[in-house]
Amino acid sequence: MSMDAVFKALADPSRRELLDRLHARSGQSLNQLCEGLSMTRQAVTKHLAILEQANLVVTLKRGREKLHFLNPVPIHEIASRWIGKYQLGPLQALADLKTSLEEPNDEP
Amino acid sequence: MSHDRFVYVTYIRTTPETLWDALTQPAFHRQYWFGMHIESDWAVGSPWRLLFEDGRAADAGEILEADPPRRLVISWRNEFRPELTAEGFARASFEIEAVDGSVKLTVVHEMERTGSKLIEAVSGGWPRILSSLKSLLETGEPMNRGEPLRAA
Repeated sequence: MSMDAVFKALADPSRRELLDRLHARSGQSLNQLCEGLSMTRQAVTKHLAILEQANLVVTLKRGREKLHFLNPVPIHEIASRWIGKYQLGPLQALADLKTSLEEPNDEP
Repeated sequence: MSHDRFVYVTYIRTTPETLWDALTQPAFHRQYWFGMHIESDWAVGSPWRLLFEDGRAADAGEILEADPPRRLVISWRNEFRPELTAEGFARASFEIEAVDGSVKLTVVHEMERTGSKLIEAVSGGWPRILSSLKSLLETGEPMNRGEPLRAA
């Protein structure tokens, strides 16, 4: 699984929006994901394929439904590559501070 | 039935047999599971316990399915945070598939309820454990070694 594929997949705002939606609610069908989006169903399908290739989205069959899940492992691998093991705690504290100061802004 | 369910997938350059050993042998666990290890004989119906370095149980459950080196399913209950223990048993499954010279590991952790604090707590831990496992099997060095794990 190449890191290039992960960065390319993340380089598009529509794909990041899909990841945001899966982060908010893990395990959604294509219909659920399309609800309230300005993208066509075709575009969503195309973006999901790119996210799946990058291993950022994985699917599971549950009954007749195919559910989409955000897979956080590749993002963790990217973070681990450049973040030293002792820096994670302070960085998380900074990220939490930024989130609390910027609420309710949805844009990360 | 509504579920809280998280899925984690990683591709590791190894063999299904080695990955199975890494998931089931305490000597492997200690290297990538932040000093913790699991005790079990991995037979269906047997208990398992994830132990802190000091011997306290973090989580425990029962082996529900074991098909080495392909599939492992276990029940999973937190044992050290009363509010999480009260949620009862979740289910964790591990699927191992050989894919193009690599092995795909899929971990599904789920509970038949919504708003599960246990599933939320383990969601912070799995990406770190799996990245560390991948690093260990591919390079011989785990990731973030020695960092304490706060998740369930």
